[in-house]
Amino acid sequence: MGRVEGKVAFITGAARGQGRSHAVRLAEEGASIVAVDVCHDIDEIAMPLATREDLEQTVREVEAVGGRIIAREADVCDLAQLEAAVAEGVAAFGPIDVVVANAGVAAYKDFPSLSEATWRKTIDVNLTGVYRTVKAALPSMVAAGKGGSIILISSGSVFRGGGLLTDYATSKNGVVGLMRSLALELGPHWIRVNSIMPSTVLTKIVDNEVFATVVSNAMNNGQPFETREQRLEAMNAMIASRHMIPRGWVDTRDISEGVLFLASDDAKYITSESLRIDLGFAGK
Amino acid sequence: MGRVEGKVAFITGAARGQGRSHAVRLAEEGASIIAVDICHDVDLIAMPLATREDLEETVREVEAIGGRIVAREADVRDSAQLEAALADGIAAFGPPDIVVTSAGVVPFVPFPTMSEATWRTTIDVNLTGVYRTVKAALPSMVEAGKGGSIVFISSGIVFRGGGLVVDYASSKAGVVGLMRSLALELGPHGIRVNTIFPTNVLTKMLDNEVFGAVVSNAVNEGRPFESREQRVEAMRGMLAARNMIPLGWIEPKDISEGVLFLASDEARYITSESLRIDLGFGGK
Amino acid sequence: MGRVEGKVAFITGAARGQGRSHAVKLASEGADIIALDICEDLPFAHSPHATPEDLQETVRLVEAAGGRIVARKADVRKRDEVDAVIAEGLEAFGKIDVVIANAAAIQYKNVFDLSVEDFEATLDVNLHGVFNTVQTPVRHMIERNEGGSIILISSGIAYKATPAPDYSAAKTALITFARALANELGPNRIRVNTIEPGYVLSPANDNPKYAERTARLLGREPFATPEEHREALWEQLKPRNMLPVGWVEPEAISNAILWLASDESRYVTSEELKVDAGFADK
Repeated sequence: MGRVEGKVAFITGAARGQGRSHAVRLAEEGASIVAVDVCHDIDEIAMPLATREDLEQTVREVEAVGGRIIAREADVCDLAQLEAAVAEGVAAFGPIDVVVANAGVAAYKDFPSLSEATWRKTIDVNLTGVYRTVKAALPSMVAAGKGGSIILISSGSVFRGGGLLTDYATSKNGVVGLMRSLALELGPHWIRVNSIMPSTVLTKIVDNEVFATVVSNAMNNGQPFETREQRLEAMNAMIASRHMIPRGWVDTRDISEGVLFLASDDAKYITSESLRIDLGFAGK
Repeated sequence: MGRVEGKVAFITGAARGQGRSHAVRLAEEGASIIAVDICHDVDLIAMPLATREDLEETVREVEAIGGRIVAREADVRDSAQLEAALADGIAAFGPPDIVVTSAGVVPFVPFPTMSEATWRTTIDVNLTGVYRTVKAALPSMVEAGKGGSIVFISSGIVFRGGGLVVDYASSKAGVVGLMRSLALELGPHGIRVNTIFPTNVLTKMLDNEVFGAVVSNAVNEGRPFESREQRVEAMRGMLAARNMIPLGWIEPKDISEGVLFLASDEARYITSESLRIDLGFGGK
Repeated sequence: MGRVEGKVAFITGAARGQGRSHAVKLASEGADIIALDICEDLPFAHSPHATPEDLQETVRLVEAAGGRIVARKADVRKRDEVDAVIAEGLEAFGKIDVVIANAAAIQYKNVFDLSVEDFEATLDVNLHGVFNTVQTPVRHMIERNEGGSIILISSGIAYKATPAPDYSAAKTALITFARALANELGPNRIRVNTIEPGYVLSPANDNPKYAERTARLLGREPFATPEEHREALWEQLKPRNMLPVGWVEPEAISNAILWLASDESRYVTSEELKVDAGFADK
């Protein structure tokens, strides 16, 4: 029997990267998946976001491990879209047991030149979007009376700010504050609320041309790299020195193992906790 | 295949309570166990500690689920004893992959009347004892070159003080500082170091007359309870009020799930992290 | 010579309560003040906010303390209004050395009652409003190249759960906002810190609407006088703190701000300074 056998998991940002990995890992351990993603770019955010094809790939990978999945396009900036997706998922699989609020964006602007519009958008996706995700799932969870596990993806950047991440890191610590408050209120309902703080994970949030400029400015005198391999090597060198374990990033599955642990009954008494999966970044 | 299949786990304070639970859980998932415990009371610490019979019961429980175990009497205040016990274990199973420091004492004395000798004993067991445990295991771990996972059992009390535990809380916070430093140094060796903060677990550390007096002073105007059941009920009410999930305590096995997760390769990139398993105590 | 002699401090939410206290304290130690306040109620906020008369009183008190002041009605959610006040202040005083992001709003709703719109409304004042408060002064400080001290008012609830998801999210976010700014602006000698106050008695809670709430939470008859409310509130809050007090005065927060604003704290940055009678760790 899988470690989350029979549970229903609602995952945002599930079209690629971490979100897809969480969907597959939880499905491997017996959960049914309700997956959403915005599936298009956002004006204020320069980096490319997921596509409908990406979300379809997530569906294929979940079904390939024997999982059931409902996947819908939904923007975490729109509560109605989230509620519609949840309603379909609940109709198909039953009430939500697990929420993984994973959708997030990063703009990579230094603070003096960060526009208010970009700041507001980052907060809207990464923080208010998390609140909307919880609000969408909560009614069915509370009505079902079986408790549950809400996992908010925060970030190791909350500890160090990280340059070019002012809005991002701020939103991610807002998520921690939200977690603490929700955990207090929902404890009596046996709904646990925790967060995970990853260090850099090698997904499209860093593996893109926008962040490439950051890396080339830091490591290559502003010269663009000739190949992606070169860029990744430089990125690894740039970041690894900030970690206790000398590696530039963790893989998506390492975050998924943390999600799985917190989602499962192995963690049934863990709430209001932040779990760093970060190669020792925040301790160094 | 178990989640720590083929690994060797060195566990202190293994004769009863949490330590025994960790030994059994890790054995269930395929680890061989090197178990130590002092197996007698300590001067200046009023609460009764484990006995030789307790340690023999741990051996029985591990073997009953098909695990292998070497168990020795050893006092964490004595490096030679730890090293001798470990040498026997290494001869049987090979070098340790996992270290779990579960040995600990708590005198429950108010600070103004606490003797220096009591303070020194608490620190010596709970903090220096942890250091000695690591020092005993480290040479063989580093030489084996396979990396490893060290898990310190600290305490949720470091967040909220809690009265009558100035020495205990200080020692447990010291363990966190030790963890951070060791994680930095041992990261390049692939040896991860993390801490668990349990909330109250109903073991003999709380289920005894010494803590019973604490409870009766807090909620029964100093009058002793008429039965153990009454004492336990009063304790439950007193402790539950401080948690987000409305329970007074958790089971040792709930801590063991956290130990298992951190010990396994599922947590291969988690280091210098503190994991609260505490019903939300540290956040409330 | 005063402890912030010759410095210019920009303070939001300055019409009454904590903000006014900070303005007067810094003025009494030699600073000039640029002050703003929304000076009107917010429909979603629990208690009434300040009035234009309140802001006038702050002006009077600052001048009585020997300080000069530019004070304007402005909404921190509107960047152009904030920038207009800053521009006037720079015109009058030539520089900004200190920023105190104090303007805030609170709703006291739990997750089941707090709509997404409510959540956004709180963030708009307490988080986006802080962004608007600090960015223009930061650009000015970088150009001027004489460093500076930025102080964000967070809250003790960043450490201790409270049934207010919106306020928790915003106030906790500020801790990382400060940390991130401190990291980025350190090379410019701009220090950025947060203060985490415990419960502070001010017009934000020492008012009839809030007294109704207290009575309801305590399950008792409405209070006959403000004094009765304060007494009951003190007794209710005292057990939460290590020190035997129900709250701290605004001046206690001002003392901490004075230290962070002055050169006495010149190497303190990215710090979280709790002034909370031991609330957070009890």
